[in-house]
Amino acid sequence: MKDKKIKNSLVEGPITPEKIGTSIAHHQVKTNIGAHDIFLGQVRADEIDGKIVTAIDYSAYDEMANKVFDEIREAAFEKFDLTCGHIYHSKGIVKAGEICLFVFTSSKHRQMAFDATRFITEEIKIKVPVFGKEIFEDDSFQWKTNQ
Amino acid sequence: MTLIIKYFGMVAEASCKKEEVLEFNNLPVQNLRNDLLKKYPRLATVDFKIAVNQSFVNDNFVLTGSEEVALLPPFAGG
Repeated sequence: MKDKKIKNSLVEGPITPEKIGTSIAHHQVKTNIGAHDIFLGQVRADEIDGKIVTAIDYSAYDEMANKVFDEIREAAFEKFDLTCGHIYHSKGIVKAGEICLFVFTSSKHRQMAFDATRFITEEIKIKVPVFGKEIFEDDSFQWKTNQ
Repeated sequence: MTLIIKYFGMVAEASCKKEEVLEFNNLPVQNLRNDLLKKYPRLATVDFKIAVNQSFVNDNFVLTGSEEVALLPPFAGG
């Protein structure tokens, strides 16, 4: 079962622009890369029945979520000619306007990176056991469901 | 045999539990589902799937003990 160490893709709180910048900087030594593509998920201040969403409180089945993130990353490496692929998803409170998902792919040329980012992002929406509670201004909440 | 049951999101809210340990022998997932619906009537209002050892199984799957079972509501990642 434990022949391979599974990376932790879950980050406590929002994913900061600094983390994203640092992550890009780490790839500057990899000079076989010609194209990076990034998808960032941001929490929207939706209005639902007259109330505004102020934050999403994410929870996850951590062990399964990390296992599935790893499977998605492996599948992306099989399907596309990637040099690097990273996934980070928030847990806990992420306020409206903050980043909750960071998908970062790198390849020699743009097309593979574009396609891989889309593939990974769509797979995450369907397969990863992450749950979200939309919190309103008055501290009431509702459970969010991916469409 | 002991079975760890984990509850998440709106399922945890409906059962008012995050985790519990149950004792049983050779239990099909369908029977576990029915038992839990009896124990926590509010679960009937929630759409959930059952994962065993972090993979989805169908209702015919027979639990033999020592498995980790999770009740998972719809996902909201991304």
